[in-house]
Amino acid sequence: MIRDITLGQYYQTESVIHKLDPRVKLVATIGFIISLFVVDSWVGYVVAAAFLAIMIQLSKVPFRFMVKGMKAIVMILMITVVFNLFLTPGEPLVTFWKLTITKEGLRIAVMMAVRLAFLIVGSSLMTLTTTPNSLTDGMEKLMGPLKYVKVPVHEVAMMMSIALRFIPILLEETDKIMKAQIARGADFESGNLIKKAKAMVPLLVPLFISAFRRANDLAMAMEARCYRGGEHRTKMKPLQYHAADRIAYLILLLYFASCVAVRIWL
Amino acid sequence: MGIIKTDKLTFEYIRRDEEGNVEGITRAVDEVDLDVKQGDFIAILGHNGSGKSTLAKHINAILYPTEGTVWVDGMDTQDENHLWDIRSEAGMVFQNPDNQIIGQVVEEDVGFGPENMGVPTKEIWERVEESLKAVGMYEYRKHSPNKLSGGQKQRVSIAGVIAMHPKCIILDEPTAMLDPNGRKEVIRAVRALNDVEGITVVLITHYMEEIIHADMVYVMDKGRIAMEGTPREIFSRVEELQDLRLDVPQVTLLAYELKQRGVNLPDGILTIEELVAALSGLKGA
Repeated sequence: MIRDITLGQYYQTESVIHKLDPRVKLVATIGFIISLFVVDSWVGYVVAAAFLAIMIQLSKVPFRFMVKGMKAIVMILMITVVFNLFLTPGEPLVTFWKLTITKEGLRIAVMMAVRLAFLIVGSSLMTLTTTPNSLTDGMEKLMGPLKYVKVPVHEVAMMMSIALRFIPILLEETDKIMKAQIARGADFESGNLIKKAKAMVPLLVPLFISAFRRANDLAMAMEARCYRGGEHRTKMKPLQYHAADRIAYLILLLYFASCVAVRIWL
Repeated sequence: MGIIKTDKLTFEYIRRDEEGNVEGITRAVDEVDLDVKQGDFIAILGHNGSGKSTLAKHINAILYPTEGTVWVDGMDTQDENHLWDIRSEAGMVFQNPDNQIIGQVVEEDVGFGPENMGVPTKEIWERVEESLKAVGMYEYRKHSPNKLSGGQKQRVSIAGVIAMHPKCIILDEPTAMLDPNGRKEVIRAVRALNDVEGITVVLITHYMEEIIHADMVYVMDKGRIAMEGTPREIFSRVEELQDLRLDVPQVTLLAYELKQRGVNLPDGILTIEELVAALSGLKGA
């Protein structure tokens, strides 16, 4: 049962967006999020919506996968909308009991909701079209300059990719330990929250011990294979920009410029 | 001097209590002298706790001797200037395949060693291809290691070491966690490396069947080398092996028992074919 958990939410298909360099997608996502806060008029939102819609179309990822990501933020979205709706001072529109909806409040609430929704859809578009592995690669390369200010960029990226490699192994192990404990009469299902949490102890202790043992073995195996940090290291699959990536940057620039233009002139 | 040479190699594990006082010293390896020639297939046998894995870790400069010296290709393992040369010349394969595969795709894992050594990208690809072909895993290059069987994972680990172009490979119980089929796969791959590529192999194991093809066998007990010789010499000393709590292959044991009962057979029979030949020779006489 526990093995069915898939990591991340990568959606495998062949599309232009999938083939783009992960750096482009990272920059584009950040750019898109910034652009959402740059625009403040309906025209601007139409531009952002059109951009997002075209990207989704190009990615060939079914729209329902994007909506999935929205479920997680429904609560935050509701709270934001309610607060903005009732607590913004201005020209009253509707009043019932002690609550007043103002014209400004309505406007801000709708805008915030749209912003948040676009933000989530935009970033899940990135995670849906990029494997965790190449995301790590992209981040390592993008953050590269930070190593001059002593940020251990390579080490962090290496840790991330090792974590990704070991998640399925540790999940399988959890499953094994769980079954072993169930076979000896452990009960993970019944009882209240505290009881359930207590029942997890005999599961977590062996899991931690085994994880440490694995870490120790892996470190030794890496050293035996000449691993000595990021220095002097070459890449088997170096990231390289292709024509499509340059065009993507250009499109992104155009989009961003039009958002700024809308903000200034409209 | 051979590719691997040890002189009175001694290693002690020091156990400490919570305050850091020495509680006891365990001598894991005790004055071991080894001399391995380039291109040899060496097997080191021993039951659990005999010090064979500790010995192996010295050849790759993961552990350093408490006393004595280890040379790999003429380089002293305690010389820090040669540390990375030694590690790229003496590759090591460990017991648990899951805990030594780093990449999320087979080919990436094989490329890990050459990447660390600073090999140019184009050459990494060539090395990955040739090493995966050498262990017969080339068609799995795009697979995730999690989806492979134990024997396949272990062959990927071996490919990862070959891609570093080592002069020798030390395999520390590579088959201990595998089923009989996986064991056969791995041993076949290791033998091919030794025969075809001429890589020196040091195989550490406690399965007797795996050492039949070795050029030299060392049997370890309590950190010391208890027996050494060719497989045939070792297997003719059945009683000594049993004293060291090692299982003798069934055929060898059968031949030994028959000989004890007065059947005229040569010493140290290793395979079923040999026994059959020897027995039918008797019948004819």
